Amino acid sequence: MPAPLLAATTVDALTFAVAAVIVLAGAIGVVVARNPVHSALMLVMTLFGVAVLFVEQQANFLAAVQVIVYAGAIVVLFLFVIMFLGVDREESLAKEPLRGQRPLAIGLTVLGLAGLLVMAFGAHWSIGAKSVAGPAQGQAGGDVAALGRSVFTTYLFAFEVTSALLVIAVVGAVVLARRPGGVLGGSDAEPDAPPADTDTDTDTDSDPGSAADAEADTDVETGDRAAAGAGTEADVGAEVQSGAGADVATKEVSR
Amino acid sequence: MSLSGAWYLGLAAVVFSIGALGLLVRRNVLVMFMCVELMLNAANLTFVTFSRMLNDIGGQALVFFTLVVAAAEVVVGLGIVVAIFRRRRSATADDFHIMRG
Repeated sequence: MPAPLLAATTVDALTFAVAAVIVLAGAIGVVVARNPVHSALMLVMTLFGVAVLFVEQQANFLAAVQVIVYAGAIVVLFLFVIMFLGVDREESLAKEPLRGQRPLAIGLTVLGLAGLLVMAFGAHWSIGAKSVAGPAQGQAGGDVAALGRSVFTTYLFAFEVTSALLVIAVVGAVVLARRPGGVLGGSDAEPDAPPADTDTDTDTDSDPGSAADAEADTDVETGDRAAAGAGTEADVGAEVQSGAGADVATKEVSR
Repeated sequence: MSLSGAWYLGLAAVVFSIGALGLLVRRNVLVMFMCVELMLNAANLTFVTFSRMLNDIGGQALVFFTLVVAAAEVVVGLGIVVAIFRRRRSATADDFHIMRG
């Protein structure tokens, strides 16, 4: 057994305690914050805390990726969508649309947590076969080299499939985000199009006054969106191509 | 070096439960997505902890793939949210019944 307990120093315990407090405070903040923007910032806090815990467990590469991808990209995507949709107003947590749903949710969660904690502290975990994918510690080049070797040998097929997943996700996002019934960057870029014809995405269920407001907004936005749409399309084309290129390159290397 | 793995596993369990609770309780779809991210992060922490306890790099490789899946999931999910927001002008889970087939 690789001795998970070898000499935990006071510094380690302190680091864990501080990081755990950060992680828990951020997690609770995500759930109780009334403003989605605050939730996103609390999520960043949690992600940084988890990155600290990764470093403490000698997963340095993953800590860097955690900060860059999660805190840097995913949360920014969240914030971008929040600002784009303008849903950054406060939501009242007091209202409960489904009667009894909240106590039931809390009860079930506590039950599940109790089960998990009993398993975490009461079971003997490190019992199974070891080093299926190679050892993590004591490798030349540290965890970065070990992880790279593992991803590009043992998990090469999964890595290749991942590229397909990413391309599919990008294409799906573009298909979902484009304007219904319109051609990207096409004829619906004309500012006088929205209210009269097939453009169904402007409000259908609001009163006339605010509908007029919405039309005024839409006129301004339509051009922007069409331009953004055209940009996205060009980007995706480039990405698909570079993705395919990367695939070919990786396959050549693996031969 | 580090503390016993059980502490990390316990912390991950608590974070996972907080995320699950938020997913059940909140109605704003964006916050629900953030709660899913919390749960994914708790799972990642568990993977890294087991990777250290068992001295097996496979756990870290799995975290790598979880990151990719999380990114793809967020992209597609937010695309759906934007598409529904265009029609309904709000982003609460109550509006998603229009996805019923």
